[in-house]
Amino acid sequence: MRLLRLWPDESHVDFMRFRRFTFPLSAFLSVATVVLFLTVGLNFGIDFKGGTLVELQAKSKTADVGAVRHTANGFGFGETEVQELGGEGTVLVRFPLQPGEQGQTAVMQKAHAAFDADYVFRRTETVGPRVSGELVQSGTIGVVLSVLAVLFYLWFRFERELALGAIVGTLHDIVLTLGVFVISRIEFNMTSIAAILTIVGYSLNETVVVFDRTRELMRRYKTIPTVELLNLSINSTMSRTVMTATSAFLSLLALVLFGGEAIKGFAIVMLAGVVICTYSAIFVSTPVLIYLGLMLSGVKAQGRPAGGRVPQAAE
Amino acid sequence: MLRFSRTKIVTTLAVILIGLSLAVPSFFSAEQRAGFMASLPSWFPSWIVPQRAIVLGLDLQGGSQLLLEVDQNDLAKSLTTALRDDVRRVLREAGGVTPEGGIQIIPRGVQLRIANEAARAKVLPKLRELSQPISNALVGQGGGQTLNITEKPEGVIQITLTDAGLTDRTRRAVTQAIEVIRRRIDFGGTKEPSIQQQGADRILVQVPGLQDPQKLEDQLGKTAKLEFRMLADSPSGDVDLLPSKDEKGARVPVERRVMASGADLTDAQPAFDHQTQEPMVSFKFNLKGAQSFGQATSENVGRRMAIVLDNEVVSAPRINTPITGGSGQITGNFTVAQANELSILLRAGALPAKLTVVERRVVGPGLGSDSIQAGKYATLVAGALVIAFMFATYGVFGFFANIALIVHVGLILGLMSVLEATMTLPGIAGIVLTIGTAVDSNVLIYERVREEVRAGRSIVSALQAGFDKAFATIIDSNSTMAIAALILFFLGSGPVKGFAVVFILGILTTVITAVTLTRMMIALWYNMARPKTLPF
Repeated sequence: MRLLRLWPDESHVDFMRFRRFTFPLSAFLSVATVVLFLTVGLNFGIDFKGGTLVELQAKSKTADVGAVRHTANGFGFGETEVQELGGEGTVLVRFPLQPGEQGQTAVMQKAHAAFDADYVFRRTETVGPRVSGELVQSGTIGVVLSVLAVLFYLWFRFERELALGAIVGTLHDIVLTLGVFVISRIEFNMTSIAAILTIVGYSLNETVVVFDRTRELMRRYKTIPTVELLNLSINSTMSRTVMTATSAFLSLLALVLFGGEAIKGFAIVMLAGVVICTYSAIFVSTPVLIYLGLMLSGVKAQGRPAGGRVPQAAE
Repeated sequence: MLRFSRTKIVTTLAVILIGLSLAVPSFFSAEQRAGFMASLPSWFPSWIVPQRAIVLGLDLQGGSQLLLEVDQNDLAKSLTTALRDDVRRVLREAGGVTPEGGIQIIPRGVQLRIANEAARAKVLPKLRELSQPISNALVGQGGGQTLNITEKPEGVIQITLTDAGLTDRTRRAVTQAIEVIRRRIDFGGTKEPSIQQQGADRILVQVPGLQDPQKLEDQLGKTAKLEFRMLADSPSGDVDLLPSKDEKGARVPVERRVMASGADLTDAQPAFDHQTQEPMVSFKFNLKGAQSFGQATSENVGRRMAIVLDNEVVSAPRINTPITGGSGQITGNFTVAQANELSILLRAGALPAKLTVVERRVVGPGLGSDSIQAGKYATLVAGALVIAFMFATYGVFGFFANIALIVHVGLILGLMSVLEATMTLPGIAGIVLTIGTAVDSNVLIYERVREEVRAGRSIVSALQAGFDKAFATIIDSNSTMAIAALILFFLGSGPVKGFAVVFILGILTTVITAVTLTRMMIALWYNMARPKTLPF
């Protein structure tokens, strides 16, 4: 039977050439994300902001979001955020952090008193000020730690340039993933940190596969120019990359479409992450090696003129 | 590589079958499992049958989760009060030494002034005995002392809690609190709560099925410290002015000295007063308590005893005769429910300090079952898509990869069952994700093999080379993912931890199945089919 081939066996695409476009594009997207992050900001959930979250489902299956918002704001606990979740009359209400550890209890009591009649409380979460502060801390530490740990590991396993290239790619992926959060307004809480760490892992997975091949080719062909070396690495691993990315994409797509509302945000981010990681492994981490002056047996590699400009080694 | 001895095949299959069978209990409820175990004939060795199952997290089961924190200020306060009582006792035993102006409470300790140098010299060594060396599993004997006793000018003696002492007491308070909480919840009849220490001063209480944790919070919010003290004749001297339960707003002078403590109760039961039919709590003391109580009542016939619960005077009966039998009653305008609750609290014991709720999550059963449903569905769809895709791309070898995939998921469930790990909604997402990425190892091998064939190798050597060269890459790529997953495991809690567990186990089983099972299947197939060309 004729089998499915998503990528031709012998491909000679000049991937490195695209860096003229992809570098500026990635740089722009990264800067844009940072700007948006500082201005619009992430949609922090109560894990990090503290406060109370209530998921209500209308017993009548249709919710009057406006009325809910009006009532909730009337409690006197500050401006609440109310949003509709999926169909079937489910509404998410978020109350800001009340001072003191006991402040959140009052919120819960008032919420029950006001909404018990017409709504079912699907879930409630309250996070006090101390815990939310700690979660912010541990979340940040986690991400920083994982990047450092990976850098360490790569430094051991690979040459210096490869390790640096991989880290650039990973940082790029983290930034762009945060961008997905900012733009989509998906709630950012502890599971989002899990998504980011998973994407760090996946990003490295992709990069390591290419770099393993790069290292092998470097040993085999001692005097190959860098651009050609990198193009060859990517072309030879491309069929595997396409396969794995498609497979991951398909399963995550199933999760987005059928996994239910509770996990949807996480799944969407992961889906975007797979795309971003695959893109960056090919168009960011690898071309960066050219600028890092990848060494081959002590001879700094020169790029082919057609492959693009390469900083001449000062030798 | 293509030579797979019969022993190897049998062992691999056996290990896989055992691994998969470990997952079976997780598909049945606890009742069904218990029923099955009971139905086994007595000669059947029950240790063969896997019994442990995956635990459903609260986000899938529905229930409440409370994170309680030991109120350090409250703990310090009760420690200083106890310290003051100890100091008073030492002074009394040393021959009635009275400090000028009484014993004052200062931040984290007490202070007293004894002008007479001889009295001071007599009392100081006894006071020093109050401090104890801190020893626990971590620091052994070298943990320092619990108290700092310093002499200040003008005959002032200051006794304060050391930092190490406070930390040690906090740790003990947490352990004790966990015990008290467990007893309080068990007496209340809720099912299988989980109570664990978190960090230095926090306790995580998870109660599946509990929809309204308010009652539980109220129950845990009460320290339930019961003291038997004497009503003071006048509001001056060594007295506390405490609120009275009966007369709202009135303050009653109560002597500070504790005659008998609720800690010495062996039992407390709700009952009804013989004459008035009012609900009350009847209690029994242990030997020590009975002695203290007997002595207190003998010395104070005709006076009123104050029964103080959580610093509120619940009742103040007159002592008509000495009570040496060690039992008595507490009446105080209780309702039946209040009498019941108080009995439970007294039986369970007093909390060493106030607990505050710093985090609370309640998941309704509707959301829980919806999540499980959606999770199952998504997993099946993801599995079907990936299987179809692999089959379409690699044909027969795709079939092998799919078998490896199914075994891989089964092994994850098996390992989770044995570990009695918790499955959460992100954990289900982790399974879906691992379905998508598990094929990576096989894909690496297959693509490498194809490449080797294109380069001119024979089938056999291509298969060999493919496996060998891909192996290093498989290890590298999975290690990087494992690092991220491990960090997540140590960092996260609850649902996130569940995800990390699934992820780590997924990485582990991927490497194992890719290296052993896939190789075995291909080797068997090759030896049977002897193909001339690669089927993909």
